[in-house]
Amino acid sequence: MAAKPDLKRFPGFFALTLLCLFLLYAPLVIVMIYSFNDSQSITIWGGTSLRWYGDVFWGPEADKFKQAAINSLAIATAAAIAATTIATMSATAMLRAGHFRGKGASFALINLPLMVPEIVTAVATLIFFSAIGFTTGYATILIAHIVFCIPFAYLPIAARMEGVEEVYEQAAQDLYATRWEAFRLILLPLMAPGILSGFLLAFIISLDDFIITNFVKGAGIETLPTAIFGAVKQGIKPNIMAISTLLLGVSILFVTLSYFAGRIGQKTKTPTGETT
Amino acid sequence: MAGLGQKPTAGGRTYAGLGLPLMLPAWVIIGFFLVLPIGIMLVYSFLTKEFRGGVIWEPTLAAYDQFFFDRGLFGDEQPKIEWTYILIFWRSIWQAGLATLMCLLIGFPTAWFIATRPASSRTIWLFLITVPYWVNLLIRTISMKFLIRDNGPLNQWLLDAGLISDPIHIINTNTAVQLGLFYSYLPFMVLPIYAAVERYNFSLSEAAADLYASRWITLRHIILPVVKPGIIAGCILVFVPSLGAFLAPDLLGGAKNFMIGSLIEEQFKGNAGNWPFGAAASMILLSMVLIVLIFYARAQGRAHAKGAS
Repeated sequence: MAAKPDLKRFPGFFALTLLCLFLLYAPLVIVMIYSFNDSQSITIWGGTSLRWYGDVFWGPEADKFKQAAINSLAIATAAAIAATTIATMSATAMLRAGHFRGKGASFALINLPLMVPEIVTAVATLIFFSAIGFTTGYATILIAHIVFCIPFAYLPIAARMEGVEEVYEQAAQDLYATRWEAFRLILLPLMAPGILSGFLLAFIISLDDFIITNFVKGAGIETLPTAIFGAVKQGIKPNIMAISTLLLGVSILFVTLSYFAGRIGQKTKTPTGETT
Repeated sequence: MAGLGQKPTAGGRTYAGLGLPLMLPAWVIIGFFLVLPIGIMLVYSFLTKEFRGGVIWEPTLAAYDQFFFDRGLFGDEQPKIEWTYILIFWRSIWQAGLATLMCLLIGFPTAWFIATRPASSRTIWLFLITVPYWVNLLIRTISMKFLIRDNGPLNQWLLDAGLISDPIHIINTNTAVQLGLFYSYLPFMVLPIYAAVERYNFSLSEAAADLYASRWITLRHIILPVVKPGIIAGCILVFVPSLGAFLAPDLLGGAKNFMIGSLIEEQFKGNAGNWPFGAAASMILLSMVLIVLIFYARAQGRAHAKGAS
């Protein structure tokens, strides 16, 4: 009888995987390439140059983009810090506080921002601020961002906390540590990679948001995505490709950092886990 | 103590009694700034519109009436069914459905391929699939627009290669929107299917092969039913955001390919300025999403019950 065929293999699946990756990356790579195009036109290739990067930083629209970038970074930093803090507290409640009333509802609540379509969240938030007479501005953008960043910060933090065994905190308490000391000196350091990972993901999610920001931003306040969207409505210009490539680089950097933060966590977990 | 020497269970209790206070910030923030706003949006959908944005506090069904019925220009004719908005919703469902199907056809083989790699290389493959998801959706949509323009790189290469004699017109068509949605949410399809395939027990495939089932028969009758929960989860994760998408239809579809997201946006940011109508359309969209999610939760519950018995 012939050798047993490999049951895990299906002809064509590898090719489709490569096609999948090609489809995911091709548009991004092309925009990256064309951002180095030394030509007024976005269609004709005029040689390699950093001309449009110069235009982004020192060109006629530089001030607008600079202000938008500062707004984006400030909001993303504040929203990610708030969302990470709230998510860490929630994860501790869900995984370390036994049973309490409303636990099931709490889990649904944390995931609610993921289930409501973004455009509906945007409409509801705008109507809410209008109904209570709150002027839209930086504060409204920040509040809306904290809400939808919470589940993204929660996921890696809860995943990490599930991986940290409770015996360490119990040992600390046996040695007369208070619960706050057990949390601060034992759980928090063991959780650090997960918290970092959650912070970074929340940061990117905030940095990337367009729809909700577009609804709740006040007149004249722009974040990078809304500034880019406004510019693209006038037609794609080469400087848009340069700024897109920069933003793309920031996103990829942060995701890579988050990925490695998660892996560092995995590595420190195994040796300590074995000594118990 | 009964628990002595046992491993602590997943639901630990070091901070027992602190559950509610620790959950309080999340309840306050999400409750006050998401749940309450959705409630107010529901109320707004029953209020009278004010010219150019805002509302008058007078209860009316006008927004829903405008959505479903056409009463003529002066509102005094016999009500007929208003097809404009129903068609926009229908087009959104159709577009989101086709995008989901495209994601499934590419996503399933990809997920299968990755899940059958050695454990060490799986994380790299998964990382490659997830990176584009974290890249700004706006930038990804702009990239797609740039690529498929009439005189964009795609047409340029096809012309240079002699495969076509005239540029193919993709931008501002339904196909462009489907392509954009497919491209936006493809990673959402791969991840849950991957998780399901990873748990698949390959002795089932071996048993089928021993009974002379071909590869494809095994796929259809054994593998697909077993990993179905993952497939359904992937389809929902792609379909739900596609249904309410704004960027892909707005940037790639142009004015003729209106979807729900653009219809709602126009009531608040655009020229229509009809807040109660926008709130009503949002409520209808939210209800559709909730129906999908409830069906999903019930199917999951049934699968769970079946697995337990």
